[in-house]
Amino acid sequence: MIKKGEWVRIHKTILEPSERAPQVPEDTKQVPLEMWDKGFLEADAELGDEVTIETVTGRKETGTLIEVNPYYEHDFGKFVPELLVIDKQVREIVFGGEK
Amino acid sequence: MTKANDYNSVMARKAEIMLKSVGIDYSKFESGSIAFDYEKMMRETGYTLEEMQEIQYSVGVGNTPVLELRNLTELARKCAPVGKGARIFMKDEASNPSGSFKARRAANSVYHAKRLGFKGVVTATSGNYGAAVASQAAIAGLKCIVVQECYDSKGVGQPEIVEKARKCEALGAEVVQLSVGPELFYKFLLLLEETGYFNASLYTPFGIAGVETLGYEISMQFREKYGKDPDVVVCTNAGGGNMTGTARGLIKAGATSKLIAASVNLAGLHMASDGQFNKKSFTTGHTGFGMPFASWPDRSDVPRSAARPLRYMERYVTVAQGEVFYITEALARLEGLEKGPAGNTALAAAFYLAQEMDQDQTIIVSETEYTGAGKHIQPQLSFARDNGIEIFFGDPAEEVPGKNIILPSHPSLIKPRDVDIVHMRRSLIKTAVNTYKVEPTEEDIAFLAEETNSSVEFVKETLKSL
Ligand SMILES: Cc1ncc(COP(=O)(O)O)c(C=O)c1O
Repeated sequence: MIKKGEWVRIHKTILEPSERAPQVPEDTKQVPLEMWDKGFLEADAELGDEVTIETVTGRKETGTLIEVNPYYEHDFGKFVPELLVIDKQVREIVFGGEK
Repeated sequence: MTKANDYNSVMARKAEIMLKSVGIDYSKFESGSIAFDYEKMMRETGYTLEEMQEIQYSVGVGNTPVLELRNLTELARKCAPVGKGARIFMKDEASNPSGSFKARRAANSVYHAKRLGFKGVVTATSGNYGAAVASQAAIAGLKCIVVQECYDSKGVGQPEIVEKARKCEALGAEVVQLSVGPELFYKFLLLLEETGYFNASLYTPFGIAGVETLGYEISMQFREKYGKDPDVVVCTNAGGGNMTGTARGLIKAGATSKLIAASVNLAGLHMASDGQFNKKSFTTGHTGFGMPFASWPDRSDVPRSAARPLRYMERYVTVAQGEVFYITEALARLEGLEKGPAGNTALAAAFYLAQEMDQDQTIIVSETEYTGAGKHIQPQLSFARDNGIEIFFGDPAEEVPGKNIILPSHPSLIKPRDVDIVHMRRSLIKTAVNTYKVEPTEEDIAFLAEETNSSVEFVKETLKSL
């Protein structure tokens, strides 16, 4: 069980595919408009429950509970060897080879 | 009484919500026809240059260094005809709080919001502006909500935007993240209505005028150090605020530098397409914003945008994604400077433009942005490769956005392409007539000449051909 007051992330559908704006392209029209937000859980709950949170601005949002203590995983990606080719090339042109 | 919150009902309340949350009665500047009084709008709702300097300098914004890129200049000269290769400079806006020139826009907006008594600010942006508003709101003690388009329908986030979310949260903002689609604006309106907060739009007079200090500083710093204004100023162009504000500041300084806009070419990719969202390696400074906003500025979240870049640019060039990545790597390797790729769009253009100029001339890139996890060439290239984009060395002129990224096999292949600016001017005139559905008056014609940085004759001739 996840306790009231814990820092969580919720997910919710804002617009169903049928409600999407007329100007959106076909592929986007096939999928819902989704939303994610974070806040303090208002009452004890389990992952997957419909819950209410209080965000850092003091707003209430409702949605499906998907994460507790959410954290970021973005990074510097996998190695891109082409960058080393550029490095060598620009140094050779400016400084004339191995220096 | 509770209001209906379905999409159509909320969109129908747009004008009312906007008036309340921006606090500007735009009708005061309207002529009732195509024309509106742009300068009056900037004067009456903006701040003077001196007031803005005071506001910005008091919160650590502005007065960023101008860096001369000597080794990059050397590289450009090695690629240029004999005697060519202007000195290349860059204004290091990444050293602002929050890491970009957007701090200038945010400082003004947040100052204004606080002065008007708002308790918080809301902004709709996936870019550097969100972090800038969050940073300024933190200083002012205001609450801040940033609404961003971040994920595709598979829940995969663009690494650069995920990093922006992290930064906004680190600076105390609530980040409301959405999947792809222009209906972000619907959630944005709902939030403004619910909270009663200020709309820290990117396109208000105070926001745009906030960038005037940037252009003014460029001129002052150059005169102090080199005894003259730069010959050319290049601005990375998306919504047009960078170009507009920088140009207006230069004009206020009395500078006559030539102004050139640059965007990353993302032709063929639809900005609202779920499937194409993660096929692009740039989330700003690209043609997906740059072209439509320059040829019709009044498509923003305010009735009359204060960013009107076509008034100021003399030339508009596009660069390939591969060219910007190459120059970003070269900047790190030759100048010891790691900067975010989007901000280096103008640098890729300047690298080539310098080769058209004499060696005693100067060219400056108006701004840089911070870099970090997600927001860096390495993760952007790696993410592209994971999304099936081919990355290889060759001629970037052959790059197809969404399909490949072509890194120049030699720096002499970095060659921005000119946008047909005359066509853009005609397009603006045509859209104006189609939008307002009126027979243009003399006042309208004079206005359109200013809007397009052309002449009354050009406008009349274009109108005749419609
Ligand atoms: C680093 C950087 N450079 C340039 C731009 C383009 O500015 P504007 O939208 O005012 O044209 C942006 C804005 O998204 C930016 O974040």
